[in-house]
Amino acid sequence: MRKSLKAALSEPKVVLAGGFILLLLIAAVFAPWLAPKDPLEQDLMLGTLPPTGYEGTEPGYWLGTDDLGRDVLSRLIHGSRTALIVAFVAAGLAALLGTMLGLLAGWYRGWVDVVISRLVDIWMAFPPVLLSILLVAVLGSGVHSVIAAIVIIDWTRFCRVVRSETMAQAQMDYVTAAQTIGFPKARILFSEILPNVAPVIVALLSLEMGIAVIVEAILSFVGLSVSSDTPTWGGMIAQGRAIIYQGWWVLVAPLVLLFLTVLAFNQLGDGLRRALDPMMRR
Amino acid sequence: MPLILLSALNRIALAAVTLFGVAVVVFVLLRVVPGDPIAMMISPGSTPEQIAQMRANYGLDGSILSQFWIWLKAILLGDFGTSISLRRNVLELLAERLPATLELAVAALVFAVLLGGAIAIIGTLVRRTFLEPVLDTVNGTILAVPDFVWALALISVFGVFFPVFPLSGRVDPSVQNDFFTYFYLIESLLTLRLSAIVDISSHMIMPVLALGLPLAAIIARVLKEALLEAMVQDYILLAKLKGKSNLRLIMQEALRNAIGPTVALTGVQFTFLIGGTVIVERIFAYPGIGNMAIDAVINRDLPLIQGLVLVFGALFILINLGVDLLVAAFNPRLRHA
Repeated sequence: MRKSLKAALSEPKVVLAGGFILLLLIAAVFAPWLAPKDPLEQDLMLGTLPPTGYEGTEPGYWLGTDDLGRDVLSRLIHGSRTALIVAFVAAGLAALLGTMLGLLAGWYRGWVDVVISRLVDIWMAFPPVLLSILLVAVLGSGVHSVIAAIVIIDWTRFCRVVRSETMAQAQMDYVTAAQTIGFPKARILFSEILPNVAPVIVALLSLEMGIAVIVEAILSFVGLSVSSDTPTWGGMIAQGRAIIYQGWWVLVAPLVLLFLTVLAFNQLGDGLRRALDPMMRR
Repeated sequence: MPLILLSALNRIALAAVTLFGVAVVVFVLLRVVPGDPIAMMISPGSTPEQIAQMRANYGLDGSILSQFWIWLKAILLGDFGTSISLRRNVLELLAERLPATLELAVAALVFAVLLGGAIAIIGTLVRRTFLEPVLDTVNGTILAVPDFVWALALISVFGVFFPVFPLSGRVDPSVQNDFFTYFYLIESLLTLRLSAIVDISSHMIMPVLALGLPLAAIIARVLKEALLEAMVQDYILLAKLKGKSNLRLIMQEALRNAIGPTVALTGVQFTFLIGGTVIVERIFAYPGIGNMAIDAVINRDLPLIQGLVLVFGALFILINLGVDLLVAAFNPRLRHA
């Protein structure tokens, strides 16, 4: 465990991307104290102020204001809350569900494997966009639906990989040894095989968080995520798109942050995969 | 019966079964939705008898199987019902909007194949020069950005900082007046209406880029891999000894043998691209079925959602079928059996 942590921290991608996500996490947790202004406070006298460095700015509004005079920086900081909640909860639950089913299918084989693998095949034959349209139509809008939709659509990513990884681990000598000693089957799976599958899961989890952030941004962009009085990056982007000729920064600021966040999750996943995989390390 | 025909029939049958599966899923899911469809239609003050009569009219008093049968018959006859929010026949709406999406998606596909193919060929030519890592990095960056972010980045750059292209819509009102079909681009190309061609293309450039760039990067990566593999084969060496240039080697020899896996992958990715039209059409206010799907979900317009999902499903299945047949046609083992 300590060894893998050390390996992960010696990978520059992990340090850079992980550091960025850590900063974002701090911003999200301490948003009310860190945000310079109230993200909901409107002041039409201070509408569409440009960011610092442009003409006609007002001190204290670093990234300018939107058409209702709300501070863009404060809204970005508060918006990171929804983005990260969805990223962690949705990706975490998808990983949990997919990992459980993948472990069972890969370890017990037989009819368990047949049932789970067929389910995954059928699931993946359904295009994600169709499924999400149907799901949001059925579940209604809101952050719970967004999370549910991501979990229902993306658990298969984890299941497939964990299943094949479990099957590979089951061939290893340490598993045979554990069986010879007489460990119960379930115990071998959870205390011997699972720790060895964990690095793959962690790397996939990071990629899935990036996907979840984009999906949440898309759904709040079209107004199907949280209610419109909660600041979200997607909601800010939609507003910026509408007033693009008056205030481009209302679109560009959340877009850049969204891009950096997704990039960070992708790079973190890539770096973790390199650092934690003994084959890649060599 | 020749093997290729047999496998083709097999795939067509499989596609039909899949389409039926999609229909079942749509039917089941839309009945899970809270809300009685009759309750939305009755006028206030209806007697219980009138409600029961209405239920019978729509076949809602029968068993779930008989309901499914009635529903399926209506769908097969093209009766998709009436949109609640737009108060128009769903099939008509789809017929108006689908051509816009098809033109957009196919244009993006063509763009992606041309760009991706070019990057792959150039990448193979500049192998082991300083240009290769540069090209790979550019390609990787294009790939890392999802279509949603591309679309908005393009809007920021070409809409605001260098305002050259229109930001929304499909055709300028000053041009749009006398089209016979809903395939505006194809029609104006066929009738050689230059002003219409220019206007429609300039509306399409940004959505086409947003949809096509990520696909181009994927095609480039896979095709380059296959080309590099083909370039070390004996037949290439033989052709090289005959004095052919590298570009000719690629175009005349390697490409033909490397293209199979790329076609299969492009087909799968094309269905993702069509999925991407939903949000990209939204961003550019482009009047296709994707944009309509979002409104349908926001308005909880179930008849329209049902029609849209079935059309998307049929589209995906047809593309997969087409790709399967195309790959089979490219596969010499099936051809000569």
